[in-house]
Amino acid sequence: MSLNREDVEKLCLLARLKITPEEMTDVASKLSDIVTLVNQLRTADTTEVVPMAHPLDIAQRLREDKVTESDRHEHYQQNASMVERDLYLVPKVIE
Amino acid sequence: MHEATIAQLAQELKSRKISSQELTKHFLERISRLDADLNAFITITQNDALAQAKAADARLASGEGTPLTGIPIAHKDIFCTKGVKTSCGSRMLDNFISPYDATVVARLKQAGAVMLGKTNMDEFAMGSSNETSFYGPAHNPWDRDTVPGGSSGGSAAAVAARMACGATGTDTGGSIRQPAAFSGVTGVKPTYGRVSRYGIVAFASSLDQAGTLTRTAEDAALMLQIMSGPDELDSTALPNLVPDFCKALKDPWENITIGVPDNFFDKDLDPNNAQLIRDALSVFEKLGATIKEIHLENIHLSVPVYYVVAPAEASSNLSRFDGIRYGYRAEGESGNLAEFYMRTRGEGFGAEVKRRILMGTYVLSAGYYDAYYLQAQKIRQLISQDFSRAFEDVDLIAGPTAPTPAFSIGQKINDPIQMYLNDIYTIGAPLAGLPALSTPCGLVNNLPVGLQLIGPHLSEERLLKAAHYFQQETDWHTLVPPGYFE
Repeated sequence: MSLNREDVEKLCLLARLKITPEEMTDVASKLSDIVTLVNQLRTADTTEVVPMAHPLDIAQRLREDKVTESDRHEHYQQNASMVERDLYLVPKVIE
Repeated sequence: MHEATIAQLAQELKSRKISSQELTKHFLERISRLDADLNAFITITQNDALAQAKAADARLASGEGTPLTGIPIAHKDIFCTKGVKTSCGSRMLDNFISPYDATVVARLKQAGAVMLGKTNMDEFAMGSSNETSFYGPAHNPWDRDTVPGGSSGGSAAAVAARMACGATGTDTGGSIRQPAAFSGVTGVKPTYGRVSRYGIVAFASSLDQAGTLTRTAEDAALMLQIMSGPDELDSTALPNLVPDFCKALKDPWENITIGVPDNFFDKDLDPNNAQLIRDALSVFEKLGATIKEIHLENIHLSVPVYYVVAPAEASSNLSRFDGIRYGYRAEGESGNLAEFYMRTRGEGFGAEVKRRILMGTYVLSAGYYDAYYLQAQKIRQLISQDFSRAFEDVDLIAGPTAPTPAFSIGQKINDPIQMYLNDIYTIGAPLAGLPALSTPCGLVNNLPVGLQLIGPHLSEERLLKAAHYFQQETDWHTLVPPGYFE
């Protein structure tokens, strides 16, 4: 199974990930190898097998819907590149 | 002082024979002297460590504290540490100062453990050699031209070189056990959910589990005692109360049955490693254990299952890195918002992380979901059922941790498939959520080899006890890498 340049470009757009033209050949070839590896899965008979939802076969616990977090946005926003009036800023884009 | 185990140092600290400040300074001195050649640390938190050591001494002086009070440890750089850079080995988080502590970090801090620094790792824990780190590879103290294993390679190298008494790690497909094997230390991955994942940068949420890299099983028990248990902040943390792991080690030996999967002794396993595993099994036989050959029908599919499930979950988890709220941001102008994201992520992530995101995107995309993701989760169920069936007849499963000793830096980095196949024996346990560990069991060409033990869900007591008894009968875990005695 091999992925071509167009396949990879489509995946890059879906994943919002830029691959440089120099990287493209290597990425396509290595992804193709990985797809070949995982294609082994097709050989297994999984008729009537229930897909795993949790390794210990338990459901997630629920909690009451109440507010437990305090507002710490100023603290959290210290990690942002650009903030103005408590808002995250993105570079100017022309759409 | 660096020769002693956590258990021994805890006694000396308690009896005030040594102080945490002396101990911490000693380890900081070792790090500053030895780490230039090993690159095991991304960040060294010298001032915080000395302040924590001072506080620990005050606590010990008043007769209080836990067995970890005053013990210098290191955290894998995947654990969020308040006020300290948490890079996850990535350019993407090179500028990220965590605003909070992971539960594991908070619990160890509360117990009085001293944090020496944050250890090197494969980028976002994606790798088996520590070579995908943005900060360059960590080196194996046994032979600096070889890898320490990965992804918790820095933690393994730090403990092996006696630059920390113990370290935290995370294991998604083998990332604690394989570096433990390569570096000659004890690595424990508990049951999925035994330890809270809150504050651990997420890779594959249904597989990720935090654990320990220490010199001995007893030290692992001491650390896990503090780290484990329910957590309101992680809905996947199990509600089960934590048994007394250290007490379990002191229980008398019971004659357990150990299952040895015939499929673990395949053509991939180096014959020298195979011999050491057989020797280790005979140690258990001498202790009175029964060794029984078993067969895990679907385990050969664990690598392909993993390389669907883990990248799928990773592609989803890593979608949060957008360059807006935190993390790396591409410079310059972008034509539109999508291009801004693409440039930021293209520049912020390294090659292996990009491959996994793209692979995950591929297996989750329309038309492929059933053939890959759903099929993988079905086979994962089969693999898990194989283990459950085996545990009806055996108490533990034993086998190799890795097919070979540590390989050379550069040997596999350009061949992802070869790198992935290095994890063939470790991937099964996390797929089934099982606890597992690796303990040193010999040397091949002067490089350490690990014995892997896998137990049923929540059997950490049994696992730790078996490893502890093995370590009473053998001295592989006491070997120091040449050049790191002093």
